[in-house]
Amino acid sequence: MAPENKHLEVVLETQVESVNLAEEMCLRVAEAAGFDDEMCYRIGMSVREGVINAFHYGNQERPDKKIHLALDLTPEKLVIHVMDEGKGFKLSDVPDPLAEENILSTSGRGIFLMRAFMDEFEVVPGSTGGAEIVMSKMLPGVVHGNGHGQSSAAGNDAASQKEN
Amino acid sequence: MCALSLHATYRDAGAVTVVDLGGRIVLGDGSALLRKTIRSLMDSDRTKILLNLADVDYIDSSGIGELVHAYTSVKNRGGELKLLHLTRKVHDILQITKLFTVFDVYSDEPAAIATFL
Repeated sequence: MAPENKHLEVVLETQVESVNLAEEMCLRVAEAAGFDDEMCYRIGMSVREGVINAFHYGNQERPDKKIHLALDLTPEKLVIHVMDEGKGFKLSDVPDPLAEENILSTSGRGIFLMRAFMDEFEVVPGSTGGAEIVMSKMLPGVVHGNGHGQSSAAGNDAASQKEN
Repeated sequence: MCALSLHATYRDAGAVTVVDLGGRIVLGDGSALLRKTIRSLMDSDRTKILLNLADVDYIDSSGIGELVHAYTSVKNRGGELKLLHLTRKVHDILQITKLFTVFDVYSDEPAAIATFL
């Protein structure tokens, strides 16, 4: 029997507590899907950063707005959607946190971390008019098109670098 | 699982203040406590600060921002802020964000203390 797709969707309040709640929820799904501790950490961190982005930048910390979190577990990957009710943004407008002039910035690293820790990442216009972050991680044992499996993203390699 | 809040205590080692941190430096109380601790130290003219991160097993972008804020605040006051005993996850985060090249990082406390002017 072919594995079924599973879908989970929650609407979160625009408050700090939603960040931990979203992380907890996604960690449970990721663990159940068979991801190891390191991959769960990367998925959990990415969800945190996605919800922080929606909370702070998208919804401007306004409690009348909501954060929409959805998870899709397919036979190949875990896909995470985080949508805010803000004005949306373009990835090309996000400053590079590694640029010399930004290296001592106290903010602006969330998108970078999500891109580093997930296999696929994009920002699309959300149905709310805000931004929708869509990111995914290949399931353990699923081989990418390039044949490297779940750790093939350049960011993952960067995240695994060790001190010289 | 991910609700362990940050705790902070500090002790004097000569002219250097060693701040022992444990838990998660994340958006909310964790970042706020770090900011409050550093501000409190600067208010009492303790500007040679060694942050012991041995028991910090998690840091998010908000926590990274707070570390940078602490670093620049202390530096702007003519002081120094250095890091001690990074856990692997904190080390990796600082490395991929290139902040490993900004902070002075040590793995031996007496040696770290000896580097303060």
